[in-house]
Amino acid sequence: MSMNNQGRPTGVGTSGFSSTSGSALLPNEPLLFEIGDTEHSGVDLPDVEISTSRLGGFERKTPLDLAGLTEPEAMRHYVRLSRLNHSIDSGMYPLGSCTMKHNPRLNEKMARLPGFSDIHPLQPVSTVQGALELMEQLSHWLMTLTNTAAVALTPKAGAHGELLGMMAIKAAQDAAGQSHRTIVLVPESAHGTNPATAAFLGYSVKPIPARADGTVDVQAVKDALSPDVAAIMLTNPNTCGLFEPQVIEIAEAVHAAGAFFYCDGANFNAIMGVVRPGDLGIDAMHINLHKTFSTPHGGGGPGAGPVVLSEALAPFAPVPFVRKGQNGLELVEHTEASALGRVTAFQGQMGMYVRALTYMLSHGGDGLAQAAQDAVLNANYIKARLQHVFSVPFPDYPTMHEALFDDSFLKDSGVTTLDFAKALIDEGFHPMTMYFPLVVHGAMLIEPTESESKQTLDRFCDVMEELALDAKSGNKQRFTAAPMKAPRRRLDETRAARSPILKWERPTETLKAAE
Amino acid sequence: MRYLPHSEAERAEMLGVIGAANIDALFSAVPARALKSFDLGLPAHSPEFLVEAHMKALSAKNHAGADGPFFVGAGAYRHHVPATVDHLIQRSEWLTAYTPYQPEISQGTLQMLFEFQTQVAKLTGMDVANASLYDGSTGTAEAVLMARRLTKRNKIVLSGGLHPHYRDVVKAYLKDDADLECLSASPEGQGDILDHIDEQTAAIVIQTPDFYGHLRNMKAAADAAHAKGALLIVVITEVVSLGLLEAPGALGADIVVAEGQSIGNALNFGGPYLGLLATRKDFIRQMPGRICGETVDAEGQRGFVLTLSTREQHIRREKATSNICTNSGLCALAFSIHMGLLGEAGFTRLARLNHANACKLADALAAVTGVEVLNKTFFNEMTIRTSQPAAALIERLAARGILGGVPVSRLEPKDPSVANLIVLAATELTTDADIAALCAALSEELA
Repeated sequence: MSMNNQGRPTGVGTSGFSSTSGSALLPNEPLLFEIGDTEHSGVDLPDVEISTSRLGGFERKTPLDLAGLTEPEAMRHYVRLSRLNHSIDSGMYPLGSCTMKHNPRLNEKMARLPGFSDIHPLQPVSTVQGALELMEQLSHWLMTLTNTAAVALTPKAGAHGELLGMMAIKAAQDAAGQSHRTIVLVPESAHGTNPATAAFLGYSVKPIPARADGTVDVQAVKDALSPDVAAIMLTNPNTCGLFEPQVIEIAEAVHAAGAFFYCDGANFNAIMGVVRPGDLGIDAMHINLHKTFSTPHGGGGPGAGPVVLSEALAPFAPVPFVRKGQNGLELVEHTEASALGRVTAFQGQMGMYVRALTYMLSHGGDGLAQAAQDAVLNANYIKARLQHVFSVPFPDYPTMHEALFDDSFLKDSGVTTLDFAKALIDEGFHPMTMYFPLVVHGAMLIEPTESESKQTLDRFCDVMEELALDAKSGNKQRFTAAPMKAPRRRLDETRAARSPILKWERPTETLKAAE
Repeated sequence: MRYLPHSEAERAEMLGVIGAANIDALFSAVPARALKSFDLGLPAHSPEFLVEAHMKALSAKNHAGADGPFFVGAGAYRHHVPATVDHLIQRSEWLTAYTPYQPEISQGTLQMLFEFQTQVAKLTGMDVANASLYDGSTGTAEAVLMARRLTKRNKIVLSGGLHPHYRDVVKAYLKDDADLECLSASPEGQGDILDHIDEQTAAIVIQTPDFYGHLRNMKAAADAAHAKGALLIVVITEVVSLGLLEAPGALGADIVVAEGQSIGNALNFGGPYLGLLATRKDFIRQMPGRICGETVDAEGQRGFVLTLSTREQHIRREKATSNICTNSGLCALAFSIHMGLLGEAGFTRLARLNHANACKLADALAAVTGVEVLNKTFFNEMTIRTSQPAAALIERLAARGILGGVPVSRLEPKDPSVANLIVLAATELTTDADIAALCAALSEELA
């Protein structure tokens, strides 16, 4: 097979199986469009005549040009592709701030019950009482675990929840004649979504520097507060894996200044059942059901980001929401009271509600607390085992569910954090989160979750230790060339961004002629 | 607890290595008054069979689509999903993978996204598509914001045929915005949007088939918008329609947003769904959401990566094009597999079947006394005016085991002119017997 210098096969049908990705069981899989054609189909449907079309002259004239595969071809294409992915089911996924925990299959089975999967968001409410009951129960668990007054279930993801939470704050302040509050305080260690969300709503972002110990100083918050501050967006436990020790004082100072406390709940897995954010003074917090409550990440979504709300913000929850009525449960789809309105077309991520509630019922209140404690135990175990080799930027506090190291151990080795992470791939582990949080130079953030056994943690720590010693000893090649055993070597991201190729194009006549 | 691997002995051993006396010592940063200071009062952990029984009991209280004749559409459609699709998306390597930030070990997800983007671009007739958004409604809001960035103008005009929920989502995203003009409902398919375009207009938003089922003239809208330097955003809630209808890209659309649920994804009571967004090549850098692109690896082999991330929040923070941090990955996979199984031949047949069943439905409804079909054009969905208020009528049909569509008043409660209107859809799953049952029930109820 001939390849041009862009790695693109030079003709349809010439790509294929002559080259493997390092293993005979992992062939290079051509693109769907290189295997299929517009005639083949894996779905049997009758070919009907339409005698009196009502398409009004808008019929398609542009060819669709969509490749089709028969069922056995499709099965093989997608099974082969799937094998090029790392997954939590095949190995540890210690991505800090992502909470890659086990995804129970009971969740999947329950989400596919026809009473949940085969119901329409706009069918009569009298025919979906079980679905509304499920939403009620999920709400009860979320409010109980957080000690809050209300929950808006509908957001489609964490960042969407964040947006909704901040919209509720804006609505509350507008209603109270406080529209002059245009500043949002965001600690430097925050997730990128926080400042992006605040800016999206027209707020100006005022960063709060981190203290030397990795936490937020209540005095720095007090200094930044003014009558123009609308809210603080604080992640707790924070992105350095630390519980903010002054969180209650921060909440009190924020409230005293007439502002709201938005808590980024991305790290709720560390404290569920152990600490209730409502007791800390939060006004709104999104909960990533795909992190804390085990709904699958699915290769990057769909997520779900319900937002719990304090008494003060509850009236500003968006529609729709479930309410007890005279004839059973009601779905409130319009209300004058909510200045916020609607943030998505329907009821949100029902499929994720089912999975999350299944997970909660399986664990129970006791199991959720145990899971949080095990997650914290695992992170501290990794920290304890590795701190003699890796440098810990913030040693003053026990870590929560994540162990944060920096890259100072790589000083003068010629190996970067990225190189080090890529070498981990060759040892069968997914890399940790790198270069985040931004407040730590060369950060390496490791979140094992509660799902990993001691045996796996020990193996991970052994590998980390061995890699660190090898890097220090000057074996640069192992790192700069890594990964060597993955389906692909390192990919050229600069080239991808500089001249974007975002879809497959049929090879041009010129290329065909050159063959 | 079956999901937690540690024994008590292992926990104790690990605490020993850490040097902590007990687990609470690891929570020492938590203010004492907030640590375990409560009784949750939640039930204890439970065996699998009991959890299953609980969930099945809840599920059984709902009337599922398969339980009787079903004509509900209005933005979410009941189609058949091949068994292969649901099997494949439950494979561990798809289901339990994270966002493909480490491309060397995520080529499965990345190649799939590249194939998905290609499929969406071909369907819509646009140059490029992103790796998906949450759903069609939030995608519409993102498209509106994108148009503002592109044109540096503010005025947005929403057609009266746009799904009312989509309109409401755009309103929420553009809160307090005087530059948003929402035209009143147009259930007869009448359009007056062309009169509302001026030199301040960033974009007009038109849905086709519209909320009421009518097919709208994209070409005329594109020409009118472009004449004033405005953009045309086309919204499609029933993506199967693209099997028969001309691609918006061929008619002058600048941004196309669609709800992709119809292909590969179940109804799920409203989510998770799949937002499609496609646009012109020149607009790539203002496109929200994740994008996958082709490149090569160190050995020159073709590979794929997430790209153009300098638009995104984790790099740009408060200067990002959007705060979006995810796509709808597994739903995009389901869409891509289903579309790959259909291919052009199957997708066209599917669209024809939908249209044919809708034609039968329209003809049968037109023959019912007390029912008037408002559509001259439609794909698989239409609006009827009934001689009695629609909401109560739909309830009475439900009591007979028939889900007879969506009363428009449910979405437009403040507009008395729509009180007797129902939006109904037919798909490939609609049978002649279903249509006969609906019409018989309507005849009796309206007699």
